[in-house]
Amino acid sequence: MKFSYSFPLTRAFCLYMGQAALLAGETFQSIFAGRIRWRLVLQQIVEIGFGSQAVVIITGIFTGAVFTAQIFFQFNALNMSTAVGPVVSIALCRELGPVLTGLMVAGRVGAAMSAEIGTMKVTQQIDALRALAVNPVDYLVVPRAVAMMISMPLLVGECIFFALTASYFVATQILNVNSVFFLHHMWSYTHSKDMVMALTKGFVFAIIVVIVGCQQGLTTRNGAVGVGRSTTDAVVISSLSILMINFFLTMALNIIFPAGGARY
Amino acid sequence: MTSRADNFIKVRDLRQTIGAQEILKGVDLDVPKGETLVLLGQSGGGKSVFLRHLIGLMRPLSGSIKIEGEEIAHLDERELEPVRRKVGMLFQDGALFDSMSVFDNISFPLRERGEKNEKLIREKVAHALELVSLQGQENKMPVNLSGGMRKRVSLARAIISEPSCILYDEPTAGLDPIVSDTINRLIRRLQSHLHVTSIVVTHDMISTNHIADRVALLKEGKIHFSGTLDDLHASKDPVIRDFVEGRSHEID
Repeated sequence: MKFSYSFPLTRAFCLYMGQAALLAGETFQSIFAGRIRWRLVLQQIVEIGFGSQAVVIITGIFTGAVFTAQIFFQFNALNMSTAVGPVVSIALCRELGPVLTGLMVAGRVGAAMSAEIGTMKVTQQIDALRALAVNPVDYLVVPRAVAMMISMPLLVGECIFFALTASYFVATQILNVNSVFFLHHMWSYTHSKDMVMALTKGFVFAIIVVIVGCQQGLTTRNGAVGVGRSTTDAVVISSLSILMINFFLTMALNIIFPAGGARY
Repeated sequence: MTSRADNFIKVRDLRQTIGAQEILKGVDLDVPKGETLVLLGQSGGGKSVFLRHLIGLMRPLSGSIKIEGEEIAHLDERELEPVRRKVGMLFQDGALFDSMSVFDNISFPLRERGEKNEKLIREKVAHALELVSLQGQENKMPVNLSGGMRKRVSLARAIISEPSCILYDEPTAGLDPIVSDTINRLIRRLQSHLHVTSIVVTHDMISTNHIADRVALLKEGKIHFSGTLDDLHASKDPVIRDFVEGRSHEID
């Protein structure tokens, strides 16, 4: 008890991590036990995956475009304008693509999950589910988790594809970089392992967004104010978690998929 | 006197606190199979909290809750599922799923229990809606229903899977006298035709007089009185008299 009074923040953090870990454990247990409602998964894929496309595509296009322009302005002074392609490509695959997609999806989907489940909690709909012998984790969390784990890697891939397309367009059509050199260098330095890294990160970020969003929703209290607070917390916690875990993922994945080296 | 084996619900020394307040201070209650028990008590006296324990929505601090002889006080969520299939619950505010239509809300328990026959589902939903006098409202969304209609849809959802026991949390609160009478008659009908065991939490003495086989009064976290309707009306206990006659003893 002395510990809890001395370090209330530490206690709150440990409590939160414990609850999130239990929810994640229960979710994966249900998934592996096959308690998956595929109709709800499809609904969530439409909601999460299809519905997030516009946000992710626009993010990808403008990130690719502005990043290309900035790299060009620096590299052109050193007569290295054709190196813009590989730099942009690797940065997008390894970091910007998954992180920006994760952040955008956390803002859009994590908030929606938290608000929806939180409202169900404060209006006794979760209790009604339990009273009808339906496990709320199986019914609410598992379909969202499965849908996110399927959708996120695809959204990351989509973000990177549109970012690279925008990059190619800006570099070759606006900044007059030779298109053959641009593509050749980009292709030479970008490997399938870079894409695997992007998709792996997307998969991990999907789990973070869904567990944080659902955890916030399921622990909502105090009516409408509580729903608002849960929604804000879901976005803040999942965004910060994505940024922090991304660092450790980068270090770990770089051991498995070391960066660097030209194909030719 | 009912034998122990005939008790559908048996509660012993049930205790619960919310925050620093002790809500239930050792509740003992038996509800025989097929009986309708009305649980009376002041607002905030712990009646709804007690009801939530009977379906495992709250875990007791201590004490025993047996449903058909099975101890449920320490069961986890998944172990409670078979018990919850036997016991339906009508929530105070309905607790309808607001993203689903009336039809989807009522058919939800059937679909979740694996019923695939759409024709049978439609027939059962139509019958359940008829029982609560809401024919033809299948396509409405909960947001477009009045408080009373929401409660009746919730009741239709609770009875569609034909549970052995139904827990009613204020079933007639906020309803007009005619709809209240419909609900009272339905509770009676479920008991006489299907021998459903019921616990009804209410303040409504008209409803109590209509449906109760037995009445219990919860006061200060304990069962203060338990007996038949005749016992209730014949009682000289001032606490019971005040409740039955609606006296507050406040001076104007």
